[in-house]
Amino acid sequence: MESAAHLLRVENLILHFATLRGPVQAVDGVDFDLDYHRAVVILGESGCGKSSLAKAILRLLPRNVARYDGHIYLKGSDVMRLNDEEYRRNVRWVEISMVPQAAMNALNPVLRVGDQVAEPAMVHLGLIRDEALDLARRMFEHVGVPQDFLTRYPFELSGGMRQRVALAMALVTSPSLIILDEPTSALDLLTQANIFNVLKRIKQELGTSFILITHDIATSSELADDVAVMYAGQIVERSDAERFFHEPLHPYSRMLMASVPRLRADQEPEFITGQPPSLISPPTGCRFADRCPLRFAKCQEPPPIFEVDGRKVRCWKYA
Amino acid sequence: MNQLSRAFRDLSRYPSAVVSLIIILLMIIAAIWIVIALPYREAVRLWRGGESVWYQLPKTVPPKWVNWFRREKLPETLILDTRQHLEWKTYEPAGDGRRIIVEFTIPFQADQFPQELSMYFYTTSSGNAKAPFVSLSWKTPDGRSMRVSDFGLQSAKFNYRFAQDQKLAQRLGGEDHNIGLFAEPQSQPPKPLKGDYRLKVEILTFEADTDVDVEFIQYGKVYGWFGTDHMRRDLKVGLLWGLPVALMFGLLASVGTSLAAMLIAAIGSWFGGWVDDLIQRITEINLVLPFLPILIMVGTFYSRSIFVILGVTVLLSIFGGAIKSYRAIFLQVREMPYIEAARAYGAGDARIILRYMVPRLIPLLIPALVSGIPSYVFLEASLAVIGLGDPVLPTWGKIIQDAEFNGALYKGMYYWVLEPSFLLMISGLSFAVLGFSLDRIFNPRLRGM
Amino acid sequence: MLTQEQTASISTASGRDVLLSVRNLRVWFELRRFGFGIVGHVRAVDGVSFDLHSGEAIAVVGESGCGKSSLMRTILGLHRPTEGQVIFDGKDIHALGREGLRWYRSQVGYVQQDPFGALPPFMNVEQILEEPLIIAGVKDRRERRERIRQVMEEVKLSPVEDFLGKFPHMLSGGQQQRVVIARAMILRPKMIVADEPVSMLDASVRVEILKLLRSLQERHNLAFIYITHDLSTVKYFSERIFVMYAGQLIEKAPIRSLLDQPLHPYTHALLAATSDPDARNAHTFKEVPPGEPPSLVRPPAGCRFHPRCSRMIQGLCEVQEPPELEPYPQHFTSCWLYRQD
Repeated sequence: MESAAHLLRVENLILHFATLRGPVQAVDGVDFDLDYHRAVVILGESGCGKSSLAKAILRLLPRNVARYDGHIYLKGSDVMRLNDEEYRRNVRWVEISMVPQAAMNALNPVLRVGDQVAEPAMVHLGLIRDEALDLARRMFEHVGVPQDFLTRYPFELSGGMRQRVALAMALVTSPSLIILDEPTSALDLLTQANIFNVLKRIKQELGTSFILITHDIATSSELADDVAVMYAGQIVERSDAERFFHEPLHPYSRMLMASVPRLRADQEPEFITGQPPSLISPPTGCRFADRCPLRFAKCQEPPPIFEVDGRKVRCWKYA
Repeated sequence: MNQLSRAFRDLSRYPSAVVSLIIILLMIIAAIWIVIALPYREAVRLWRGGESVWYQLPKTVPPKWVNWFRREKLPETLILDTRQHLEWKTYEPAGDGRRIIVEFTIPFQADQFPQELSMYFYTTSSGNAKAPFVSLSWKTPDGRSMRVSDFGLQSAKFNYRFAQDQKLAQRLGGEDHNIGLFAEPQSQPPKPLKGDYRLKVEILTFEADTDVDVEFIQYGKVYGWFGTDHMRRDLKVGLLWGLPVALMFGLLASVGTSLAAMLIAAIGSWFGGWVDDLIQRITEINLVLPFLPILIMVGTFYSRSIFVILGVTVLLSIFGGAIKSYRAIFLQVREMPYIEAARAYGAGDARIILRYMVPRLIPLLIPALVSGIPSYVFLEASLAVIGLGDPVLPTWGKIIQDAEFNGALYKGMYYWVLEPSFLLMISGLSFAVLGFSLDRIFNPRLRGM
Repeated sequence: MLTQEQTASISTASGRDVLLSVRNLRVWFELRRFGFGIVGHVRAVDGVSFDLHSGEAIAVVGESGCGKSSLMRTILGLHRPTEGQVIFDGKDIHALGREGLRWYRSQVGYVQQDPFGALPPFMNVEQILEEPLIIAGVKDRRERRERIRQVMEEVKLSPVEDFLGKFPHMLSGGQQQRVVIARAMILRPKMIVADEPVSMLDASVRVEILKLLRSLQERHNLAFIYITHDLSTVKYFSERIFVMYAGQLIEKAPIRSLLDQPLHPYTHALLAATSDPDARNAHTFKEVPPGEPPSLVRPPAGCRFHPRCSRMIQGLCEVQEPPELEPYPQHFTSCWLYRQD
């Protein structure tokens, strides 16, 4: 039994998909933990498996799963042992909810948004419709949507407002953890800033924890207490935000940080040459070795996780 | 093209698709072979030929393979002709002329009586002398002999029909000739006696140079691999020629309809405005026009030629539901950034439609085209069944219509309906199955299902 | 509004010729209801003027729906302006005939946002790059091949042979965008219009593409219109920056001047909302102007930003449209805060 010190602890999580060309190792041995009332950012480029990680945690699996195992301890108990029905009843949307990618387009166009937000409360909390709508009204307040929008349809709302509605839908069951998958990537700058203000306020007021999955390093810093960098199906660095944004450890993280154009600093951004490896047959050694300027002989072997002052990094340099 | 070869590789993963593809290829090869081996004119001559072509065949009998499934074997058709076996004739001088003796051996092993017997005499003579005189005698395997008939050959081609010989019927005690001649004595009900029968033909001519050839036909109760119809025609001709006709009709109608519909949809959705409106209104009007009655009217009042019907079918199907669904897709394609890019580097309207919009739909078009073929094949057959078939060409539909018209099922001549139906079903099924598989391959939404 | 004298002063100040001159451009779209009559107009571009010199790179920054795409499409000749002119090399491009238009299209390259969507999925790289050449009338097959090879080397799609036969879906996002850039460059244009060329790419590739664009711009002395919503990338290759809001350019300034000393309250808001990666961000709230951009069908009277503006001057901003002012040399803004009286 795990201690309940962490809200969420993921151990050696594996999610492979079967495709015609072979199994895609989208999530391949991911470990990380998340404390109560904190937000972790999972940073990664497209195709690194970060969205699959979200699906694996919330057990929203497509049909072509080839392998799915590992441990997910939620408040100390391993939810991987639950069967699908138990998981649905006790975990999904009760403890962990999600704002999916492009959530503003994920709303049902023919239902009023109020009813859509109330729905999870009726299903999971067993509330009657009026109570659930009351709750939805309170959630609208939290996310900054005017009350009278409850009876509107999605098409009557702007993208930003719809995104807030999707957030209200994730919040309505008061979960302890919300997974945000690229919550603002399709939104405008000011709307994006607004949404992050809302998320920060929710974190302060409700004490909700967040997993923020994104490729946008600059905006990720708006919410991050901790940062996990994902590369080719694995987490290569796990650090607190303070030190990460100041000086990341893993060569990939460093190059990623160096590639961010900055408004308020003058250094030239740099790019990373080459491409991430295929997730069907990833390299046996360090998966970043091919693109790494610092590689040495040892990089032929798969690096374990090294701990450097409480930060974890999967790189032989820190052996 | 790279994409196509990939599609074929994907296709090989569906066994049903492979089987149907093999069947389709075989059908196409067969269709080509048929058209070469039995050219159009020849096929039409045979099909429209009537008695003079088909006098040797029995009327409405099933194919011979039905015997494989029967305990009581049905007699096959037997044709004995001295023109092919000159050695069967022996000549003896007699008076001014001569005596020609032919002895036919008729092996009979069936459990049922033949349908009918008939003889043809072909006389070569100057025509001045008295007509040659024929006497026929019959010998059964158990040694009984009987006189059949005596008559003079009044014409150069003389047909002696056993069935119409009243005296023979009397001699056989009122039995029909096909029963009386072959029955076991005292069997009740009559049962045929198996063994070799002998028919002796003695022809007395009155001129030395007169020669007579004899053709004996025992019309059986089965014929060939396909059976015959009410006009004694071998169904083989119709069924085989039905294949290229069906394939051609289905293919042309499907290709013509899909291509034209796609092109028109592309033009409409690209130009928009009144062009699109016009196309849409035409489509909507056409969609409520009754399709079959129009075809019936065209067939009744104008022409039933397969090409006219094909043309009208294509014309009426172009402005159908397909144009609406193609348009919906084209309206999306039209907004694709690559179309905007093409406009920005100066591509004209025609180029954008043909080179940028239409290819986008090919993956959807191919399955639709293949799965569309059966419906047109069936349409052609249905039209023929209701009497609007091409007046000249043999088609599967027309064979079914003939069968229907002659009460085939009522009279138990199931083969007549089943054979063309089976061919229709097989060809329809294989195109449909291939179409579904192609859809899975080309349609990304169905992938992995 | 930029006056003729001001236009002249820019061109003399920079000492280069004006390649593109956009004059008082309006692009309005008719709004029909059920096909019966016009019930209004979407004023996507409403009075935009600027000059672009040959070899100069400018950035147009604005949020979605501000009209920057319509402005770009009108410059590319894909929309007809309702009013005003787009003058390229002395010729009004919307008055050009067939031949003239073909010439203009060869002078302007277009780089789009979504590289995968920008490439026809059924053509391979060679066919894609050959299209503009065929349309531009390059008859000789050998010459076309040679030019394809050249431009592919230039955008670093090498070895060329490895890419010629590839279809877009076989390429990575960065490679796809290189093909798009190669296609924009293949007719040897004088001007490139790039619409958010890197916003759909991963962070590590983004910089690579931006650098490629800048090196091409410098090597071929291209005029460059870079349309983006991301202020953090503009300074790496634009000289001037235009901020667009509700169909109008509300601030035009050299890049340093704009970043160091933004004038318009909307520009302030945009800059404030742009984050740099910094752990402190998580503990501070951003100041965001309330509300959302106005409808372009019935834009607010006076300054279009006034309903959201914290520094709005009662009795002026909501009444009268601000003129274009030049509080600092070459730094223009349409805001009443900078009136001199």
